[in-house]
Amino acid sequence: MLEDLFKTVTKRFNGDEPDPAVPMFKCPRCGTSTPQQKMAELGKICPNCEYHARLTAAERIAITADTDSFKELDANLCSADPLEFPGYAEKVTELQQKTGLNDAVVTGLCTIKGSRTVLIVMDSRFMMASMGSVVGEKITRAFEYAAENKLPVVAFTASGGARMQEGIISLMQMAKTSAAVQKHNEAGQLYITVLTDPTTGGVTASFASLGDIILAEPKVLIGFAGRRVIEGTIKQHLPDDFQLAEFQLEHGYVDMIVRRKKMRSTLSHLLKLHGYTAEPLKEEC
Amino acid sequence: MERTNTRSAWERQLLIRDKNRPTIRDYLPLVFEDFYELHGDRGVGDDGAILGGIGRLDGVPVTIIAEVKGRNIQENKASNFAMPHPEGYRKALRLVRQAEKFHRPVICFIDTPGAFCGIEAEQRGQGEAIARNLAEFMSLRTPVVSIVLGEGGSGGALALGVCDALAMLENALYSVISPRGAASILWKDASREQEACEVMRITAEDMVDFGIAEAIISESDTGVSNDLDKIAENLKEYLVKTISEKSEKDIDLLLKERYTKFRKIGVYTETHR
Repeated sequence: MLEDLFKTVTKRFNGDEPDPAVPMFKCPRCGTSTPQQKMAELGKICPNCEYHARLTAAERIAITADTDSFKELDANLCSADPLEFPGYAEKVTELQQKTGLNDAVVTGLCTIKGSRTVLIVMDSRFMMASMGSVVGEKITRAFEYAAENKLPVVAFTASGGARMQEGIISLMQMAKTSAAVQKHNEAGQLYITVLTDPTTGGVTASFASLGDIILAEPKVLIGFAGRRVIEGTIKQHLPDDFQLAEFQLEHGYVDMIVRRKKMRSTLSHLLKLHGYTAEPLKEEC
Repeated sequence: MERTNTRSAWERQLLIRDKNRPTIRDYLPLVFEDFYELHGDRGVGDDGAILGGIGRLDGVPVTIIAEVKGRNIQENKASNFAMPHPEGYRKALRLVRQAEKFHRPVICFIDTPGAFCGIEAEQRGQGEAIARNLAEFMSLRTPVVSIVLGEGGSGGALALGVCDALAMLENALYSVISPRGAASILWKDASREQEACEVMRITAEDMVDFGIAEAIISESDTGVSNDLDKIAENLKEYLVKTISEKSEKDIDLLLKERYTKFRKIGVYTETHR
């Protein structure tokens, strides 16, 4: 009997012990470690605190757009290193090879439960999805296309801010994208922003904050200034929930927090509420 | 004719941080007449980092918006070292909408290390406030001219920088991140800011090269820095000329050109595979 108890204890102990061969995901919100395999099964959502972890652009498109409906726009834009900034060109090449992306945003046309929409998806693996010329230009073109073709825009944002390596030109992308949003707005079309982890800096201070409706995923980081910058300014530790989606909802900068499982149906309902009805499958002419 | 400015970016950085550098409070009485300061965003309060008001430029009514540097500790306390909170940007937006209503041209003076980074600024939506100004200024149906007086610090500067014409004082700088910030990200060493200053391309000449600024306003014929009267005279001359030029244009054409001015900024390659 004692032997059995000993066995159970040993088993449990060993069960809790992380196996170094199993790659783990450590939740940046609650610190819980979950095997990456398990995280993938859970749709990259922390089982303990519901933090919605980052997705690649391809993953995001796959769970948002109708199957095979996504057609990419402006896929071949590449950064041209305007400042000849030390190490930048190499970094871009390396990331292009690693991610298979040309830069940090993917834009295109798709249908969501039948409603045609322009889709913008940022991918934080590419230099924390900072906004340089390519990101700014692609987003601008996406809004211009939507304005001309009377289409809504759904933008999944994620960004560390302006791309420092492109200097002042990256700052100007904030004005350029905001101008394009304004143009789309004047064309009377719907723009839904979905803030995902992390949306900060110059992207928060431009097109990400300009949606007619602003959604956010649970527990994601949303803010203007970086946490460490603020802590450095005020010389005190900030509460853990500072700048999370829930904080932004409380302060009036987010309309709704929507779980990933509900995102596609929520988007579809919102699109249809604004008159973007599902089109017949066969395109006319 | 224009002199060539031989100062390095770093030397200019030191010059514009100098406490004797003139601020908007110095220029106001020399450039404008009948100035009345107007306060508050009608929501949260009055931000001392951004000054707004109405006055005359060479007889013409204009709306003036400016980031305010202090010349001593009291002034800097009142103006939060020219680092605006969201209510400052919202005050600016309120006043430029008012300008639009009364067909007054808008003149913005940029002089900030950046938008303030703090708890209240985040709670009150610093990002949203800047974004809103970018979008709204873009469609403002009245001419807008912006001038960088000293520091043009990132989004906090750009929030007053969507305009029909941008001019730089010859020693003014405009950058996406402070040289200190750039150095700490680039080399994990903030003390290398001097080096970063030169890499970042932040001078008035750089802005003209990139097509971001249309003009450089000479600060002095003698090369003496911080020459208040001379700078004020040059500022006024530029503003009178530019405001009258922009005011004569058809407003729809002006808006189209404003859109294009920003639309064309970007450096990338596009291959057709």
